[in-house]
Amino acid sequence: MRGSLRRLWRSKSAVIGGSIVLAVVLGAVLAPVLTPDDPEAMEMTKRLEGPSWRHPMGTDQFGRDLFTRVVYGARISLSVALVAVALSVVLGVGLGLLSGYYGGTIDLLVQRLVDIFLAFPVLLLAIALVAALGSSPRNVVLALGLVGWTNYARVVRVDVLALKGREFVYAARVVGVPDHRIILRHILPNVLSPILVLATLGVGYAIVAEAGLSFLGLGVQPPAPSWGWTVAFGTRFLRDAPHLSTFPGLAIMVTVVGFNLLGDGLRDLFDPRSRQR
Amino acid sequence: MLGYLARRLVLLAPVLLGITVGVFLLLHLIPGDPAVVLLGQDANPADIARLRRILGLDEPLIVQLGRYLGRVARGDLGDSIFQSQPVTTIVFGALPATVELALASLLVAVLLGVPLGVLAAVRQYSPYDYGTMLVAQVGVSMPVFWLGILAILLFSVQLGWLPTFGRGEGVPAAVEAGLTGEGWGALRDALRFLALPALTLGFSAAALISRMVRASVLEVLGQDFVRTARAKGLRERTVIVRHALRSAMIPVVTIVGLQFGYLLGGAIITETVFAWPGVGRLMITAIGQRDFPLVQGAVLILALLFSLVNLGVDLLYAWLNPQISYE
Repeated sequence: MRGSLRRLWRSKSAVIGGSIVLAVVLGAVLAPVLTPDDPEAMEMTKRLEGPSWRHPMGTDQFGRDLFTRVVYGARISLSVALVAVALSVVLGVGLGLLSGYYGGTIDLLVQRLVDIFLAFPVLLLAIALVAALGSSPRNVVLALGLVGWTNYARVVRVDVLALKGREFVYAARVVGVPDHRIILRHILPNVLSPILVLATLGVGYAIVAEAGLSFLGLGVQPPAPSWGWTVAFGTRFLRDAPHLSTFPGLAIMVTVVGFNLLGDGLRDLFDPRSRQR
Repeated sequence: MLGYLARRLVLLAPVLLGITVGVFLLLHLIPGDPAVVLLGQDANPADIARLRRILGLDEPLIVQLGRYLGRVARGDLGDSIFQSQPVTTIVFGALPATVELALASLLVAVLLGVPLGVLAAVRQYSPYDYGTMLVAQVGVSMPVFWLGILAILLFSVQLGWLPTFGRGEGVPAAVEAGLTGEGWGALRDALRFLALPALTLGFSAAALISRMVRASVLEVLGQDFVRTARAKGLRERTVIVRHALRSAMIPVVTIVGLQFGYLLGGAIITETVFAWPGVGRLMITAIGQRDFPLVQGAVLILALLFSLVNLGVDLLYAWLNPQISYE
């Protein structure tokens, strides 16, 4: 464990990515300390001001401090993305374990379900689900969680198939350990590292997807300071106040770069073959 | 190969059925009575009853599903609530614009992504490699709508080089005009409209492609036959172009093919940014109007198209790769 941490510390992408992620998480948690303003309080005399000392990212069309809205927006993006990925992981790992361990009809059904989900472009399916369920943070989480599970299921299934034939699983079975204990105690811990990598990269993707849904007006609704929606609304003032679309977009990009670098770093750690590349 | 094709087609059938059932169920995911949700709380009861009849909601679910499948099999996706036209007419009317955008973006992505990835692999750990991979990392992390807005800011607002919104006549019509002797001005206009959306969407895909191409080429460069080729004393250029790239390009076909799905999804957002009159924008407008038959039709047709493209990519991959057995 300590060896792994040391290797992780030596991976440049993991350190840079991890620092960005840590900074964004701290920013979201400490938002009220970082900025004295209220993200939803309007002040029409100060609308569409450019960046200044008082307002480092300028103000929006209602005179709200954009920096405050971007910092509070991190709370929305992070919580939606993290919960959505958690839902995908639980669904995908659960179905992958069952499908790989039991095989037969369960495997066949799960694999066909995977095929059907993969037949939809991910974003298209998420948009369709939110269109039907209605736009709210809960439904965005549900939609992103439901469209994201297939990768986890496929990876876990393949790993379980390999582990199933190993001696320690066979031994556990011979001494009469029940199936659910074998799956949870002996197999699950051995399939978690690729899941950690996929989930880290998945958070980055979920942040972009959430922002995309909000951009289309289907995600978290105003006045909540969602990054995607702020970028979308800013396009109305592109000529006079380009900062309105630029800064929240930059926040999305930096955050996603952070998660992607961290994911790449973790992959190098767990998969030595990819490190040489 | 024919057997493989037949088996793939048989496997496709349950997937197509699954897609159709999934799209059918979308309507029933709407919380409460879909007719009331679509028309609004204060719609009059007669209208609600009429819409329930149009949507077939007054029958048991299994009957509704049977009817829906039957209609889809005959190519009937119902009528749009707002445009009182068949859904298929509307969606197929918008489809050429989406396909034009997706293909143009794919072209941009391949022309940018493949050479950049190959060069990064060949010069691994050089400043060039680090530079390309940094740009690629930023490219994959950038939301496509934001990149589009930045492109509009630079090329339309600041420099005034390219139009911001719309499609003009479209490339196919412009080419036809050119061929029938009406001059090539229309094509130039069509390409000017196409440039920003295609570059925006293509750049994101190029970033992904370049990363995967780099990994694929590096993998091949480490293999025995490349070492043998070098040991024979072949020039490095020959080793790379004749030996390594040939086998590295096989997985690249899959990578590029899979991007098409990404491009179809990305097209929905890109079309909205640039007011490009394709299926994606149509769908978003229909969602805004709560025109659910149209939303279902657009989703169904895009998903079917995506499945067929995926099938084509798999077949191409099997055909190119001598290591795959078709049995």
